[in-house]
Amino acid sequence: MTGDDSKHLPLEDIHAAAGARFGAFAGWSMPLTYPAGVMKEHLHTREHAGLFDISHMKLFEISGPQAVALLNRACPLDAGALEVSQSKLTFFLNEAGGILDDLIVTRLGEERFMVVANAGNAVTDEKHLRELAADFDAKVEPLDRVFLAIQGPEAWAVLSRAGIETGSLLFMHGVEPRRNWFMSRSGYTGEDGFEIGLPEADARDLVTKLLEDERVLLIGLAARDSLRLEAGLCLHGQDITPEIDPAAAALMWAIPKDIRAAGAFIGADALRAAVERGPAQKRVGLKPEGRQPVRAGAALFDDDGNPAGHVTSGGFGPSAGHPVAMGYVAASLAKQGIRVFADVRGTKIPVDISSLPFTPHRYRKG
Amino acid sequence: MATTYFTSDHEWLRVEGGIATVGITDYAQEQLGDLVFVELPEKGKKLAKGDTAVVVESVKAASDVYAPVDGEITEANGTLSSDPSLVNSAATGAGWLWKMKLADESQLAGLMDEAAYKAHIG
Repeated sequence: MTGDDSKHLPLEDIHAAAGARFGAFAGWSMPLTYPAGVMKEHLHTREHAGLFDISHMKLFEISGPQAVALLNRACPLDAGALEVSQSKLTFFLNEAGGILDDLIVTRLGEERFMVVANAGNAVTDEKHLRELAADFDAKVEPLDRVFLAIQGPEAWAVLSRAGIETGSLLFMHGVEPRRNWFMSRSGYTGEDGFEIGLPEADARDLVTKLLEDERVLLIGLAARDSLRLEAGLCLHGQDITPEIDPAAAALMWAIPKDIRAAGAFIGADALRAAVERGPAQKRVGLKPEGRQPVRAGAALFDDDGNPAGHVTSGGFGPSAGHPVAMGYVAASLAKQGIRVFADVRGTKIPVDISSLPFTPHRYRKG
Repeated sequence: MATTYFTSDHEWLRVEGGIATVGITDYAQEQLGDLVFVELPEKGKKLAKGDTAVVVESVKAASDVYAPVDGEITEANGTLSSDPSLVNSAATGAGWLWKMKLADESQLAGLMDEAAYKAHIG
């Protein structure tokens, strides 16, 4: 268990009863692994259905006549162009274009949106949103919810058996199937799956039902990290930070073309200048040769031993069957197949620039 | 007759004829989780007590395994290069890490026996 100052999940008793090993993450005491272990948990999610308690993440509802205008100011987003139920990956940027947080915004109604933010940034995100909202006729409401992710090819089927029909919901869409519920077809594993925010009592009921299904296994944060890394998805605070803009992070695809050109979001001028200049470094996938993992913080060098960048996330990919990593390299080296070298405890390990993801996404897009 | 010793860093040593076979305990492998790589030492490498002898890597993190006594590496468990999971499945058997020639057998007196180790991990 972690120190007393860390926050505890509302369903902590369920995780403890399941034999979870807890550790600190973003100020929360979180289940890292269960008795199955990270390898089995990871593979089970890719083959069946993994159940994750991600209640450390924060849901905000934004509503009001100027909810669209607030979001268009806060994010490089055309909130008004989203159809009801459509979700979009976007960011809070600082004035320098750096990424304060990455978010999923879903349109719930004409004047209502759901924003899902990272645990580590929840407090600063709320402050940021509230300060911005002061200039708009819009309300920011943090929601008190348990947040669950059900991920994997059988996620839809186990939800169906538990009485939740996911029907025609497609990837990156979200709805409110019941009172105070929010359910989106999205996730952080590269698999088909769902994220459900719901009141604690409902969550206890749902988790109990899901765990009665042998296709469902509780999955800890360790496997959540290896799954997202194989899927090439960024972890804020590691792969993207306030010092990195979306161009360097290779995330410009998340910003609509007309918004790039003419959007009035915070950081717009700086981001346009950064795009114009071209990033000095770019985020890439990294595939280490051999079996030895190359981890966050490892320095990268080119053929001649000159500094070439650094690793921001790294570990072993249980589905890939080899070490996987991502990081930043000089833009001139950011091409698939180029070889660089990672310094691991004094040994130079060959690392090939690789396309992302390492395991193909299997989203249900239609 | 081999004698088995334990350290507070969750290593075991089986000593016979001045040579110690060293590994990590079952408790340690459980804490580490699934291992995916073991960085093995070179034969002939001289280690002082407390030096890093081996690095074991799980999916999530790298951890040092220290030399429990002074000595010289006589053999590393090469099988672990192709199957690091042996450390998880057979920590006190086929998952041994290295063998070392003891420089000073009197250092063994500072280590625990099995009963003391069991009390140590509670």
